[in-house]
Amino acid sequence: MNRIDRCFKELGRKGESALIPFVTAGDPNPDVTVEVVVEMARQGADIVELGLPFSDPLADGPTIQAASFRALEGGMNPKAFLDVVKRIRQRTDIPLVLMGYYNPILKMGLEEFADLAAKVGIDGAIVPDLSLEESDAWRRAARKHGIANILLVAPNTPTERVKKIARASAGFIYYVSVLGITGARAELPMELAEGLKNVKGCSKRPVAVGFGISSPEQVRGLRDSADGIIVGSAIVRMLHQEFEKNGPESAIKAVGGFVARLKEATGK
Amino acid sequence: MKRTRFVTQPDRKGHFGIFGGRFVPETLIPAITELEAAYKKARRSREFKEEFSSILRDYVGRPTALYEAKRLSEALGGKCRIFLKREDLTHTGAHKINNTIGQILLAMQMGKRRIIAETGAGQHGVATATAAALMGLECVVYMGRKDTVRQAMNVFRMELTGARVVPVDSGTKTLKDAINEAIRDWVSNVETTHYIIGSVVGPHPYPVMVRDFQSVIGREARAQLRRAGVGLPDVVVACVGGGSNAMGIFYPFAREREVRLIGVEAAGLGVDTEYHSATLTCGDPGVLHGTMSYLLQDKWGQIKGAHSVAPGLDYPGVGPEHSLFKDSGRAEYYTIDDEEALEGFRLLSETEGIIPALESAHAIAYLRKLVPTLSEGSTVLVNLSGRGDKDVATVRDIFKGGKEDEQN
Repeated sequence: MNRIDRCFKELGRKGESALIPFVTAGDPNPDVTVEVVVEMARQGADIVELGLPFSDPLADGPTIQAASFRALEGGMNPKAFLDVVKRIRQRTDIPLVLMGYYNPILKMGLEEFADLAAKVGIDGAIVPDLSLEESDAWRRAARKHGIANILLVAPNTPTERVKKIARASAGFIYYVSVLGITGARAELPMELAEGLKNVKGCSKRPVAVGFGISSPEQVRGLRDSADGIIVGSAIVRMLHQEFEKNGPESAIKAVGGFVARLKEATGK
Repeated sequence: MKRTRFVTQPDRKGHFGIFGGRFVPETLIPAITELEAAYKKARRSREFKEEFSSILRDYVGRPTALYEAKRLSEALGGKCRIFLKREDLTHTGAHKINNTIGQILLAMQMGKRRIIAETGAGQHGVATATAAALMGLECVVYMGRKDTVRQAMNVFRMELTGARVVPVDSGTKTLKDAINEAIRDWVSNVETTHYIIGSVVGPHPYPVMVRDFQSVIGREARAQLRRAGVGLPDVVVACVGGGSNAMGIFYPFAREREVRLIGVEAAGLGVDTEYHSATLTCGDPGVLHGTMSYLLQDKWGQIKGAHSVAPGLDYPGVGPEHSLFKDSGRAEYYTIDDEEALEGFRLLSETEGIIPALESAHAIAYLRKLVPTLSEGSTVLVNLSGRGDKDVATVRDIFKGGKEDEQN
C-alpha cells in the first residue's frame, strides 16, 4: 500500500484531517529544504508537498512564483530535486508528494522521471497544468512505478467531470478552494464546504483542499469537510522571511512551530 | 525518424499530430469548453460570418491591397514577380486586428463583458483595446515591464482607447511572462472574462480559431492573384513569432502541395548565441502556455528567454500547427538575424516607399536569399504583416549609431 493511502487510513481511524504543508524545493537552498521537511514531519505534518520549480508557474500567485524563481536562480533542477527527496527519505517516512508543472517532467521523459522519482521516495504527484484529457501517458508511467497521480478539481468543475477526474485520480483528490491562483487569502469562499461535499459525494477517495489557506482558524473551519488541508504560500513566505532576517535555524524552527499549530487545528 | 503525417484539421481534442492539445489548470477547462462551443456555433452561423465580414470591410479596411513590388523585385535581380499582401494597411497597422474582431464578437456572444490580453510589441494589445472600445467592453492588457518601456507609444495608444495596461514584473518581464499573468487573471475571473490570445498559440481551440480568423489574409490574396492572372504563387513567405500572420496566409494554400510555404524566424544576434527567437529552427517539443509545440528550453525543460530586434517575434514558443507543418515537411522554416532584418527594413523603404514593421522586415530580408534559388519568372507572395511606424524610433537609434538594447 502506498504511503499516502496508509496515511489517510490511519487518520480516518483517529478522526483527524491530514495536514499537508508545501515548500518549494531549493528555496532558499537544498539543505534548508531537507531540514524544514524533516522538522515539519516531526511537528505533525501528515504529508508534505514539495514544489519542483518551473520558469513559468502559471497557476501560482506571487509568493510561490518568487520562491520558484529563487530556487531556479540557486540552481535547482529536476535532478537536484530528486537528490533533495533522497536525502529527506533517509530521515523520515512521511508521504512525499511532488508538485510540478509538466514540461520539466516531459523533458526528462515520463518513464524515466517516474522511475527515478519512485526510487528516491516520491509517493504522489500533482501536475497542475496537466488536464485529465492530456494525462494518460503520465498517469500510466506514474502508476507503473507506484506513484499516485493526484488530479485537481475546481469549484467550477461540472459534477459529471468531477466523477471522471475522481476515477482517474489516485492517492487523493485535490480540491482547489477558489477560482484563482495559489496564495494566502484572508477569507475563503462561503460555498467552499458545499463544494467539498459535492466532490466527496462523487468518490470514496480522500479529498484534500488547497489554495488560499493560511491560518489555524481556517484549518479548523475546514477539518469537518475535508480529509486533508494543504497550506502552501503562508509557509513559503514564513520560511523566506525568517531565513532572510534570522537565518536557517530560526526559519526552520518558525515553520515547525507554525506547522504544529496548524496540525493542532486538524483534530476533530 | 518517422515522418509526421500532414493534416489540415486537428483531432477532437485539438491535436495536430503530437502537437497542440489543452494543458491548462482545471479551473480553465469550463471556460475553454464554453469557448469551443461558442466558436463551433459561430462557424456555422451566417449571422456571425456576416457581422465579422462587415466589420472587417467597414472598420478594418478589408480587403487589403495586393501590391506587386516591381522595384523591390528589380533590386533583387528582376528574376521573380513579388507580391506584397498589404496587412500594414489595416486599421491599427497590422494583421492582429483580424483576430481581435473575431474574438470580440465571440466574447459578446458568450456574454463576457471583460476582455484581457497579453502583448509584446503592443500591436496585439492595441488591436484588442481597439476592438474592446468598438464594442464598449472593459479591457485589461498585460505587458512585460521591459516592453512597456520599449514600446511606450503603444501603451499610450491602448490607454487612449480606454484599456488599462498592467506592467508585468515577473520572470523575464517580456511577452511570455505577460501571457502567464493574463492566464492567472483569467483563472481568477474566468466567469466574467474572455482572454483574447494574440497568436495561433495557447490551448485548443485557440490555435484553430486564431488561424481561421487570420485566414482571411490568404483567402483574399489567393483570389487577388487569380484575378491578376497569376494563379497560384510558387512560394508564400511570412515571418513567424507565434505564427499568426504566417498561418493566416499559409492556410488557404496548405492543400496545394505545389505551393512552397516558407516561415522566417528571428535569429536575433545569431542562432549560435543565446539571443534569438528561432523556436522551430533551434527548439524542441515541450509544453508551454497550454499547448505542446516547439519551444526554446534548457536541458531541464525550463523556458529560455527569447530575443529579436522585432519585439513581435520575441517569443520562445510557436503555434502547434507550425510545429506540425515543420515536422511533416509541409512548410520550411529559415532564419534572418537582426542585422539582415534591418537591411530588409531599409530595402523595402527605399525601393517601394513602404516602411515595414521590423517583424515583416524579416520576411522581406529573406527574399535576398530566396530569389537567387528560384527559377526565372517565379511568383512570390509575401505577407507584409504590419507597418513600421512603431519601429522608426528604434531603427533611427540603430542607424544613427545609437546602441540597441542588447539585454533584450
